[in-house]
Amino acid sequence: MAFTTQLSLLLIIALAFYTFAKRSVTSARNRGELFHSLPNYYGLWVGLAASLPAILLLILWSVIDIQLFQHWVRDYYPAEILAAGGSQEVVALAKVENLVAGIRFGDPEAWVVEASSAWSAWEHSSTTAKTVVALLLSISGGFVAYRKISNQFRARNAVERILFWALISASTIAILTTIGIVLSVLFETIRFFQLVPPTEFIFGTEWNPQFEGAERAGTGGGDAKYGMLPMFAGTFLISAIALVVAVPVGLASAIYLAEYSTPKVRATIKPLLEILAGVPTVVYGFFAALTVAPMIKQAGESVGLTVASESALAAGLVMGVMIIPFVSSLADDVINAIPQALRDAAYGLGSTKSETTRQVVLPAALPGIVAAVILAVSRAVGETMIVVMAAGLAANLSFNPLDAVTTVTSQIVTILVGDQEFESAKTLSAFALSTMLIILTLGLNFFALQIVKKYREQYD
Amino acid sequence: MTSFKQINDATDLTMENAIIKTTGNVFVDKPRMSARNVNVYYGDKHAIRDVTIDIAEQEVIAFIGPSGCGKSTFLRTLNRMNDTIDICRVSGEIALDGENIYAPSVDVVPLRARVGMVFQKPNPFPKSIYDNIAYGPRIHGLARNKAELDDIVQSALERAGLWNEVKDRLDQPGTGLSGGQQQRLCIARAIAVSPEVILMDEPCSALDPIATARVEELIEELKQQYTIVIVTHSMQQAARVSDRTAYFHLGDLVEVGRTEQIFTNPSHKLTQDYITGRFG
Amino acid sequence: MTDNQFMGLSPQEATLRVEASLRQRRKREKRFRLMGLAAVALALSFLVILFTGILSKGLPGMFQYYVQLDVELDRARLDPAGDLSAASLYSGDAEALILEASLASIGEEEGRKTKRALRKMVSSGASIRLIEFVQSNPQVLNTKQTIKFAVDDDIDSFLRGFIDRETPEKDRRIDDLTIDIVDRWQAAGLISYELSDYLFFGSASRDAEMAGIKGALIGSLLTLAICISIAFPLGVAAAIYLEELAPKNRWTELIEININNLAAVPSVVFGIMGLTIFIVTFGMPRSIPLVGGVVLALMTLPTIIISSRAAIRAVPPSIRDAALGIGASKMQVIFHHVIPLAMPGMLTGTIIGMAQALGETAPLLMIGMVAFIVDIPAGFMDPATVLPVQIFMWADFAERMFIQKTSAAIIVLLAFLITMNAAAIALRKKLERRW
Repeated sequence: MAFTTQLSLLLIIALAFYTFAKRSVTSARNRGELFHSLPNYYGLWVGLAASLPAILLLILWSVIDIQLFQHWVRDYYPAEILAAGGSQEVVALAKVENLVAGIRFGDPEAWVVEASSAWSAWEHSSTTAKTVVALLLSISGGFVAYRKISNQFRARNAVERILFWALISASTIAILTTIGIVLSVLFETIRFFQLVPPTEFIFGTEWNPQFEGAERAGTGGGDAKYGMLPMFAGTFLISAIALVVAVPVGLASAIYLAEYSTPKVRATIKPLLEILAGVPTVVYGFFAALTVAPMIKQAGESVGLTVASESALAAGLVMGVMIIPFVSSLADDVINAIPQALRDAAYGLGSTKSETTRQVVLPAALPGIVAAVILAVSRAVGETMIVVMAAGLAANLSFNPLDAVTTVTSQIVTILVGDQEFESAKTLSAFALSTMLIILTLGLNFFALQIVKKYREQYD
Repeated sequence: MTSFKQINDATDLTMENAIIKTTGNVFVDKPRMSARNVNVYYGDKHAIRDVTIDIAEQEVIAFIGPSGCGKSTFLRTLNRMNDTIDICRVSGEIALDGENIYAPSVDVVPLRARVGMVFQKPNPFPKSIYDNIAYGPRIHGLARNKAELDDIVQSALERAGLWNEVKDRLDQPGTGLSGGQQQRLCIARAIAVSPEVILMDEPCSALDPIATARVEELIEELKQQYTIVIVTHSMQQAARVSDRTAYFHLGDLVEVGRTEQIFTNPSHKLTQDYITGRFG
Repeated sequence: MTDNQFMGLSPQEATLRVEASLRQRRKREKRFRLMGLAAVALALSFLVILFTGILSKGLPGMFQYYVQLDVELDRARLDPAGDLSAASLYSGDAEALILEASLASIGEEEGRKTKRALRKMVSSGASIRLIEFVQSNPQVLNTKQTIKFAVDDDIDSFLRGFIDRETPEKDRRIDDLTIDIVDRWQAAGLISYELSDYLFFGSASRDAEMAGIKGALIGSLLTLAICISIAFPLGVAAAIYLEELAPKNRWTELIEININNLAAVPSVVFGIMGLTIFIVTFGMPRSIPLVGGVVLALMTLPTIIISSRAAIRAVPPSIRDAALGIGASKMQVIFHHVIPLAMPGMLTGTIIGMAQALGETAPLLMIGMVAFIVDIPAGFMDPATVLPVQIFMWADFAERMFIQKTSAAIIVLLAFLITMNAAAIALRKKLERRW
């Protein structure tokens, strides 16, 4: 039975309990009995008791049983697969799971057929068992809760307590996600560093993961090179180009909109600029690869420069356009937070608008603007699609904007898209790169928030 | 229901009633500034109604009146600080040394250099004490060299009575001074541009009594050289520092006269009510 | 200071010097203002360039060329088993019938070379179209019907002028004979340029003329459905807890720091988390909207929490006091007063978060939604792709016609995004309340 069916069955039972409890309290009240809470709360209390524990059990069971099956099915694998381990086992598992799902590729081996029929049997009994247990839990939960109802029972408080815990658990999702992110890169990164020494990774100037790292681990030598510097150089080159576009344009438009334009003009132009931030990055990538890169190549070659067809300049320029509204809206917030009293002081002395802006408003806003720029850097460093589509994959350690470079994010995508073998250093290197990327962006973010915090204190 | 309607009518009446004709003598012999039939509107709101008044040379004139009477608004029209508010509109004529400051050809920059302003809350720039004072002379190109600028800064601080307190820490931020010192710093900053008129918008309202006394002493000294227009909420302050006093009421200029006359023998009923504390 | 007598400049002298500085300053003022204006103009011109670039390529991509053929729907050949079943029809001779019809359209009976050319000129999806047509209208069997078939993408590109007939034959993607046939079709008025039905109703295909976005669009909707049903309740609940109930302690602070950090994590990292946790550890299938939706939900959660908190904070305390004052419990205050009043703000934040999720590509690449999927997904557990990923894949294909199709798909995506953002703005405007 599918999960949704089980779920709706439980919900129907809960609804029945709710209606029943609510009705019986209502009729008792109509007979003149006094209750602590409104009938609705008694209904909710019983309904929640009939559904929550059962649903939690159902979810937990569904997560755990697959893990068990995956473990048990290993008994069916031929010895050589178990001996080879790693990727071989992944392939074996995929074969079995495919057959269970009814997808047949050619003639499966005998052990696959056997394993999959065993799997199907487990699945069947597990489903039956969990349905029965969940239904029993639901009904008994409902009954126990119903028996608890009396005039003295504080149903509202009980329901509110459940709600309170539900709200708390929702807010912990943020922490769980962070833990999930950290764990998901941590183990693979450690495994990578067992294959490739961290110093070689962090200070290496050559990146060439095309050859299998697993072999390298055995032989102790080989042609694969895992130095992350070319990628970080590429990332910084493209981010720098992006900032050269975004910071002046974004800042100057924020100044114009905040200090010069009429409210009406501002109200029209701001949303228009924000459209630039709302355009999906894949669209920018397409635009960069198809329109901007050829244009730059043509322009460069017409003056005799060698331009790669996937130049850092194209990706950087387009990324800069994408970040303009990001810079301008952050800068706008900062400029608007400068107290009017400071401007009045300058105007009162006879400053022109530009003198007030340049000599009073901007210096006062500087920390906030710096924070905005740092956040923009963080955004540029983490941007993926534009560089995947327009920056290419050549791991050149180059600072020439006309060269093709590659970035951290585009390497991660290239390595991890498609089927991976989790044993190879190549796949694992993507996780090491991700760890570095996370450390970098979070570091930048932390730094920026510290500045903003300090700056807020100054004006509060 | 009826009472509500009546209240509405009453407020309407106060807003719409005829403009009060100013009593007392609004004119002086040699005016530094003169306002003629000035009206100020904030959007639809008629904030200042047909005000005519002269401001003499080297005098301290105080604008008093209950909150929202328009005294600060009128003050801000005198160096066109109202220009920074989009919905504000001014009609009538205000002349500085006989020249209309609302004429289309007039640039507010030199105007504000001649008519300086000190605000309600001390608003030093987040710069050093020196740079706060030097800001005005620098933008206006008043000093020809560093020595001259140093002179200007020192003399402004001396005249503001702040020199001895800050001469050893000119490079420290102006925001680090006490409230009273900050306000005197702002006055020094205004003086450094060598204005002819200084407008002060309730300069002591954010200060404690001792700091207030120092600022009042300072005003007393400054009047030797400058024309000072001060808006104040405190009648005592007006009585202490000013030569002439103008009483504003709901956008109207009710009465103008010598300060002792206004406080001892006001001729308009509204002035009398305010002075004796019936409202305000 | 040596000169203690220095009393500053006289006002007259000061006025003169101010006047002297004015010209220069007015010039600088003008320059500064122009710089700001130029920046705004530049930013807006980027917007214009981007949109004209995409519209100019994408609008033609909404259309394609069709050729109109008279097909003899001979039942014996089309439907050998005679039961109109799919098996029977697909083993029939539909392709041959179309070839005969195209031969007839240029008035020729035989000719190997002509046949070979013609086979490559009509889209390879033509026989499917013919079969589907017969399946839905069995009464047309054994009659002669005029049907429009898409032309092959090379012919389409030729008709759009991307293939020059002056190019020597050997350098051209299509030969002289093909061009001759196209000319004869055009002369006979058989070629038409119409709104592309394949774009909106077709699915992923390597043949540019048959490729469509229907599957990706449905994949996007399924993914968004999962995303919103997770992110909205969780985000609102977290915001309520943090604003209304949470004590100010280190635990709350930790949650807040986490939310801020998550907002800064690059989206591709969420994809890596989805890959290792849901697919590798939990053993969930690749490429399914369920996993995609969960990953996007975790990604948009910070946006929704932050905007919901702002909306809750905007509800004035006086309303809470009023409700508490007549004896409502804390939860009743929240659920009866705060949430209804903050709802517009929360919805606005959610729509913006969903728009962000709809345009997101990188994390979905990580969890395998980049696979080439022909079938249209029917549920949350079916392999699917989404619109932005479809755009990414098409952008990689070499055929000229895919550029137009990609741009057309981008227009559809942007239309969705703009509608969503406009809805958010309208909602905010309509329900905005000043306290």
